[in-house]
Amino acid sequence: MVIATLSLIGFFVALYLWFWKIGFIGSIACGSGGCETVQLSEYAEFLGLPVALYGVGGYLMLFGVSLLSLQPSWFERREPTIALVALAGIGVAFTAYLSYLEAAVIQEWCRWCLVSAGIITAILVAAVAGLREVS
Amino acid sequence: MARSINLKPFYFGLGAVAVAGGAWIWMVKAQAGGTTTSVNPVLVGIATSFEGYLLGADSAPVEVIEYADFQCPACAQFAILTMPDVRRRLINTGLVRWRFRDFPLPMHDKASAAHLAAACAGEQGRFWEMHDQLYYNHGAWVRERRAERKFRDFARAVGVELKRYDACVKEGRYAARIASTKDDGAALGVSSTPTFVIGGLMVAGSIRYDSLRTLVDRARPATTP
Repeated sequence: MVIATLSLIGFFVALYLWFWKIGFIGSIACGSGGCETVQLSEYAEFLGLPVALYGVGGYLMLFGVSLLSLQPSWFERREPTIALVALAGIGVAFTAYLSYLEAAVIQEWCRWCLVSAGIITAILVAAVAGLREVS
Repeated sequence: MARSINLKPFYFGLGAVAVAGGAWIWMVKAQAGGTTTSVNPVLVGIATSFEGYLLGADSAPVEVIEYADFQCPACAQFAILTMPDVRRRLINTGLVRWRFRDFPLPMHDKASAAHLAAACAGEQGRFWEMHDQLYYNHGAWVRERRAERKFRDFARAVGVELKRYDACVKEGRYAARIASTKDDGAALGVSSTPTFVIGGLMVAGSIRYDSLRTLVDRARPATTP
């Protein structure tokens, strides 16, 4: 339940960043202006797609799998929890790489990216805890 | 044995989060629309200093003047996200003539040097290529201690003859003209970047294509015979 809720919140954060990136919303609410610098940098795209779009997709997948894991037929099975740990692990690794770029290369911080980093880390912690419980 | 739990309250809470998230996005979108389509345009006069850098046909029925700062993130956002559509759908179709005017803001420590670099590239007919380099590689130079090196790399990349470019930059050949253009913009009422003058109406902010198109269409009847 925690993962589903966090995934949904993360989805909206990623959606916000993606919408800004594609020009759907005019300006980004980010005190220092670091979000714009980060989002307009060459690192804001990965394999030709906006990084935020990966966030939208990733959070949607986490949301879907977390809801699936709550269904009676899946509740006691390990597969959804393993999938959650794997997805969240990939998310945390990708986020760590992006945070490194913000800190060392771009030298600006995007606050919304930090919010997303906090969410995905919390999801991984919850997923690992869930895996231990199921085990 | 499968545990049975009542998920209805949870789904209700999840629905509330979804509604709140959707409302947030909708509000942000509505506010963005508010800063672009419902701005209060003000009538402005005509600039008297350097005419600026032109794109498009002289016969275009609408002229858009952009006052911009190369170091300004919102200007970069506009250049990267919106300008390609503007070029393809408005300028290349002969509907709009685009005029770029320098407006380096004093709080941006590298803006004047960037505008000078663009002017020196412009001297060799490479202003727009340099313009794109500066905006598309924004993150590569705004935090760079020696941004002039990057500008020189950009100049080389767009085919500028570096000997002439270096001489131009060194003597600050266009520094006075840039300052004059900026003063001219300030006298017209420009105070932030990007600011657009569309058919005699001034609009501030990184407007989206749809909003710009609306203002261009609004300007058309007054400018077409």
